[in-house]
Amino acid sequence: MVSLNNSSTSDASPLLDPAPAVAIPAGSVGLVTPELIGFDEPLQLSSGQVLPSYELAVETYGTLNAQRNNAVLVCHALNASHHVAGMSADNPSDVGWWDNMVGPGKAVDTDRFFVIGVNNIGSCFGSTGPASINPSTGKPWGAAFPMLTVKDWVLAQARLADYFGIDRFAAVMGGSLGGMQALGWAITCPERIGHCIVIASTPRLSAQNIGFNEVARRAIISDPDFHGGNYYEHDTVPRRGLSVARMIGHITYLSDDDMAAKFGRTQRSPGKNGEYHYGYDVEFEVESYLRYQGEKFSTYFDANTYLLITRALDYFDPSHSHNGDLAKALSVASAEFLLVSFSTDWRFPPSRSREIVQALLKNQTPVTYAEIDAPHGHDAFLLEDPRYHAMVQSYYDRIAFELGLPARQSVNGVLA
Amino acid sequence: MSKTLKLAAHDAVRRADEASRQAGRGIRADLARIASWIEPNSRVLDLGCGDGTLLAHLHDQKNVEGAGVEFDDARVISAVRRGVRVIQQNLEEGLALFDSQQFDSVVLSQTLQAMHHTEHILNEMARVARYGIVSFPNFGYWPHGFSILRGRMPVTGEMPYQWYDTPNIHLCTLKDFEALAAKLKLRITHLATFNAEKEVKFLAGWRSTLAVYRFESPVAASN
Repeated sequence: MVSLNNSSTSDASPLLDPAPAVAIPAGSVGLVTPELIGFDEPLQLSSGQVLPSYELAVETYGTLNAQRNNAVLVCHALNASHHVAGMSADNPSDVGWWDNMVGPGKAVDTDRFFVIGVNNIGSCFGSTGPASINPSTGKPWGAAFPMLTVKDWVLAQARLADYFGIDRFAAVMGGSLGGMQALGWAITCPERIGHCIVIASTPRLSAQNIGFNEVARRAIISDPDFHGGNYYEHDTVPRRGLSVARMIGHITYLSDDDMAAKFGRTQRSPGKNGEYHYGYDVEFEVESYLRYQGEKFSTYFDANTYLLITRALDYFDPSHSHNGDLAKALSVASAEFLLVSFSTDWRFPPSRSREIVQALLKNQTPVTYAEIDAPHGHDAFLLEDPRYHAMVQSYYDRIAFELGLPARQSVNGVLA
Repeated sequence: MSKTLKLAAHDAVRRADEASRQAGRGIRADLARIASWIEPNSRVLDLGCGDGTLLAHLHDQKNVEGAGVEFDDARVISAVRRGVRVIQQNLEEGLALFDSQQFDSVVLSQTLQAMHHTEHILNEMARVARYGIVSFPNFGYWPHGFSILRGRMPVTGEMPYQWYDTPNIHLCTLKDFEALAAKLKLRITHLATFNAEKEVKFLAGWRSTLAVYRFESPVAASN
């Protein structure tokens, strides 16, 4: 990040000298500060449990218009947050996780759309979660925090929509688990969503998906520092387990080709003539990378949140209450759909998105489906493929046109 | 992303931009004829819908609910820009995404000759819709025969390719197509033939470069 002196008289008195400004790149929403919004009405959860009250950490970009019809909700996946776009005001190097997608002149154009990023309940970036204080005990919730489902998140988000006075979102959008929430919106609140944008997602996890989640959870739960989920009281965190969980997850986000290209069999510090070290320390680059990713993750992510969210992923299956009939589950949806998948995503491969497309076609629900031939596996939904961004941008431009929003003023970001 | 992939991706967006700039122009004579065979307020599937020209036209002129299938990135993007609902997939994979008799009409415009599984796609068309419409370059166009008599493969307006770079692997004449339609029990209801965007009525088998057929599905006909 480049600091700019916006005053030529930098030797002026300290009182008059403005704080050093930060350069705002074209297409960025600029510096952003999250807002904490409290909800006192108890939330009835799918598990039968009740969350007595909760707070949601929220960022918004752009302006809600007078008709309140230009709002877009962006739902996050496993390890992301409400910080979708822009630079955190208190740490400008902290750029939003979908900053390449959301901003003035970007695919989701904040010159025309009012975009909401929300941290889900159960998460660990400011919204009420297992590390928050349980009002009935005065101690962190820990293991006592209720189990959550995608539907619970949708219901909590619906109250956020009420808070902003939004009856109907122009679009609800997300990738991976975020896409499941978008799908959940189309089913749970069909009249409150105009367009449902589901990227790199799936109508339900496969046995293999659940298997990976379970390995990750066992890594956390069997860490001696886990203390049955109440590690906060012991002033520790199950860092090793969480780190292993993240390493496993990370592998599933990348494609085989991508890992081959990034790391191959490159050795970290080969001996003479490429000799191996014959031990269990880091031998290959890929090991070093995964360990680093795991350790970094374990310093900022909450282990109970990891358990909760992977479980919510496992439970997601709208067809479950319709004898496995996805088309029936989706028959209440009145939104128009955009689905995008990526050819090398083996976590949620194109065939899973096609199941959703097929169900929607069967219901004669309007649907557009793009299958992007991209090399980056599941992670592709966060990356800057121009075809992908052109699809999403074209789709949003149509939404803007249909709603009578002003025409796009600029093109920034991936397509600039 | 590798440099070639990045270039290809940017090229797709550039081609989409080009198509969008041309979107205002009127539609070709063969597409206009296809549109004339489609009932207002009906449901249409356009296979190989390109940039969505036909579906956008049908939507605007006939209030038709349409869906397109297209494989090429650039064309999918331009179709989305026109507000056409499009499913990105390779037609060779078949129409498994679509239910039987889900549409009133299904269109395959100037694509049949480039498909590997000719019979399969025609059967699939008959499965998903009551009426099928196909267009293809007429190999029986007389200069083609003349070219072959001179010892060279024909290269003409509708088939501007050399033998070694042509995507057209299943070329046929009008009579050839009619024989296949009979074999597959597709009842031909309409035929229109064109040469350079002008309709040809006299000696069409020789004089036309493009044939457009409409047929009724045996599935629907037996209902």
